[in-house]
Amino acid sequence: MPAVSQLEKTKTRRHSGLVRVTHWLTFIAFVALLISGGEIVIPHPRFYWGEVGNVNTRPLFVLPIPASRDTVPTSYGYVLTDENGWGRNLHFEAAWVLVLAGVVYGIFGFWSGHFRKNLIPARRDWAWRAYRDRIAKYMHRERAELAEESTYNVLQRTAYVAVIFVLFPLIIWTGLAMSPAFTSAFPATAALLGGRQSARTIHFFVSWLLLLFLIVHVTMVARSGFWSRTRAMITGHTRASKEDR
Amino acid sequence: MNPISRRKLIYGGVAAAVGVGGLAVAERLATRYGLIPPDSGELYGAGGTLTYACQRLLTARTPAREFPRSMISKNPFANEVAPFKEEFKRLQAGGFRDWRLVVDGTVARPMSLSLADLRSLPIHSQITEVACEEGWSYIAEWIGTPLSGVLREVGVLPQSRYVVYYAIEKGLWESIDMADAMHPHTILTMGMNDADLPVPFGGPLRLRVPRQLGYKSLKYLTHITVTDDIKKFGSGKGSVDPDYGYSWYAGI
Repeated sequence: MPAVSQLEKTKTRRHSGLVRVTHWLTFIAFVALLISGGEIVIPHPRFYWGEVGNVNTRPLFVLPIPASRDTVPTSYGYVLTDENGWGRNLHFEAAWVLVLAGVVYGIFGFWSGHFRKNLIPARRDWAWRAYRDRIAKYMHRERAELAEESTYNVLQRTAYVAVIFVLFPLIIWTGLAMSPAFTSAFPATAALLGGRQSARTIHFFVSWLLLLFLIVHVTMVARSGFWSRTRAMITGHTRASKEDR
Repeated sequence: MNPISRRKLIYGGVAAAVGVGGLAVAERLATRYGLIPPDSGELYGAGGTLTYACQRLLTARTPAREFPRSMISKNPFANEVAPFKEEFKRLQAGGFRDWRLVVDGTVARPMSLSLADLRSLPIHSQITEVACEEGWSYIAEWIGTPLSGVLREVGVLPQSRYVVYYAIEKGLWESIDMADAMHPHTILTMGMNDADLPVPFGGPLRLRVPRQLGYKSLKYLTHITVTDDIKKFGSGKGSVDPDYGYSWYAGI
């Protein structure tokens, strides 16, 4: 019966429990990391390239913000209060949540085939043409195909793969490269990046790229139905909206 | 109740029991092997404890990063220090000849050492980086005698767990565990870049702990106390740092 099958189809499983739990843990941790990371910049809003950098060396660039230390020259006539204690503590606490959620998610992703099935672009899409076609669709504000209701298109897959396999590993690596104890065991983590200050600068830019991803991600979610997509990431199920059918 | 949910219930119960039991065993092992920092009860104690435990398992004996002479910073940044009190000024006027380092606590032979006494011990030099919690850093050559040599000299008793160290200014103190205290790169520093350690950089005596952030490398060192009970010191969190919201362990 067409009517019955239609009814069954309206509720499809979209996200596994593990993906949902790690998604929201990552979200909470990432917001905490952004806030605390912003705070950590304030004591010394100067960035350098190489191993060392301080107020006596030439910076790569300086953020036009006031500092929370009076030893740092800024164009402001005041010094902000020192909030680096909780800033650092929250940063590392949240980093642990992110790393542990990431490890669980990563093992699951390989083991269950989640990466292969849902995130790595299909073989036939490994071409500029596939990207161009999907961008054109976005440009023409075309409605997503039915297939995209239960899976991701090539652009989404590429964005997720870049975030999961490039940006998150890179931000964890550059973070560890700033640890004097960790680099005592693995000096190459800092040396390969050009030094401790280079690691700090890369860490700063990667955090902006991750924020950019978050903004685009939430925008796209809002565009395709904020509550239905958010509900899918909470309950695991998606209910196709009426106008799609 | 259908069989699937009963099976799930049993698995869940077993998993919960294993989890609780595992945590209890982990807690006992962590305490026994010194994987819990003194400030583990603070607001962010969970993350701090995980970090410290991992670093102790991973980096208890790894050498600090050392750099070639060509990488020594031309213009190192000394950071600001509190205004000096009368006692420091008096010692400075005397060329620090009367500067003393008292070493006591759980040791067999407490001692009071002059800078000349320290200079007569084996001298070690290292080119390591000072990395401040604020984000900046510099590299310098540091010259002095390893803390481990002094600790052997005074005869550290086997129950010792931490080394507490004080600056000349009252209320400024730090501590490190025995792994960092006995580490060959932890040195009682009296010289910097082929000269006496300048006062702004901590002269005449600074403890360099290069595998932790700069705030653990206390300037103007006058007193070292070895202890088996860190809770007896200050507010019991290992240093003054947790009182200001900072982490006791700064190896990160």
